Amino acid sequence: MVLYALRRADDALILGHRLSEWCGHAPAMEEDMALANMGLDLLGQARELYSYAAKVEGKGNDEDKFAYLRDVRQYRNLLLLEQPNGDFARTMARQFFYAAFADLYWRAMMKSSDATLAAIAAKSEKESAYHLRHSSEWMVRLGDGTAESRRRAQAAVDDLWAYTGEMFDVDESERALIDDGVAVDPATLHSQWQNTVSSVMSEATLALPTSGWMQQGGRSGKHSEHLGHLLSELQSMQRTFPGATW
Amino acid sequence: MVNTALNDADLRQRAWNAAAAVVDPEIPVLTIADLGVLRDVVVADGRVEVAITPTYSGCPAMNMIGLEIELALEREGFHNSKIRTVLSPAWTTDWMSEQGRQKLREYGIAPPQVGSGRRALFGVQQVPCPQCGSEDTEVLSEFGSTSCKALWRCRSCREPFDYFKCH
Repeated sequence: MVLYALRRADDALILGHRLSEWCGHAPAMEEDMALANMGLDLLGQARELYSYAAKVEGKGNDEDKFAYLRDVRQYRNLLLLEQPNGDFARTMARQFFYAAFADLYWRAMMKSSDATLAAIAAKSEKESAYHLRHSSEWMVRLGDGTAESRRRAQAAVDDLWAYTGEMFDVDESERALIDDGVAVDPATLHSQWQNTVSSVMSEATLALPTSGWMQQGGRSGKHSEHLGHLLSELQSMQRTFPGATW
Repeated sequence: MVNTALNDADLRQRAWNAAAAVVDPEIPVLTIADLGVLRDVVVADGRVEVAITPTYSGCPAMNMIGLEIELALEREGFHNSKIRTVLSPAWTTDWMSEQGRQKLREYGIAPPQVGSGRRALFGVQQVPCPQCGSEDTEVLSEFGSTSCKALWRCRSCREPFDYFKCH
């Protein structure tokens, strides 16, 4: 259970941090605010999930210790979410693939037999719905936009596609939680996710990659080189001034 | 016995009134009672425990609101009060009081449409302008100055305005 909550908390924290990197750099003021807002939603979800993991674990950890004092190999987020922002199209493709999943996932998790996870899901599903609408609109705008925006959007989709499979992976520890009704089986969400992605991609006049090979590793702590760089920034204050508080 | 019970009810009412008057730091015309953020007040052994619920997962105002409640209770003579955050049942914009909606409108923020859930989330097509009342409005950005607001513009009076999003 601790690992399950930590994995979702890490997803939210890492993607939230990536979005926060856009603050002050987005192509327009409205987008700057939108990306920061979505980052804040994710940070809020991460805090609830970390606090819950700490409570269940009962070893004196807390949200800050989980976020600031674990090293790369202890993080369990999806590889997709630690991928660098790249250009705006790449950030939107990453956001779209994940939001299309998170929207379904949190909605299904509202029925979790675990009251705290169900409560966190009830908040997160509405936030994810907004994130999905925002990134879907951008996929269409970029894909069906200029030759340049279309080229960039297609390149982003092609490059990130291999990271989408990990969202639907289940290992033994999660299988037990699924059997108990605590967790939702992500395999049951796959066809709906595929439908959402296909219909938006088709409206965006973008080609859906056909490659079936999928990258794995994030859930077991095997990360791309990018996560270490991200954490070195995210954790710099606590690493430099251990125990510092505002 | 009877006196103690009466006293407790009286204390609770005083504590409730003090907590209920705390305003949202981002939208100072709304109290936490208007918002539906104030969930419960319990008095036991003269010590107050206040339950609040977050509007959005990442709402940074929650810490501030907790602090303000403690200060308000302190001023009323309740020491060492405790703030508890409850997540379930999840807050929705339908919890906002009618009085709260009216105050928002007068403040220049379009109140959330009633009927939360996914239909309201995606079904809202028109939001009347809080300045001139015109329904000829358009969305500029679904993410506004705080997590709970979107940015709209009125095509009639040309004023931009905040819309408190359905949640």
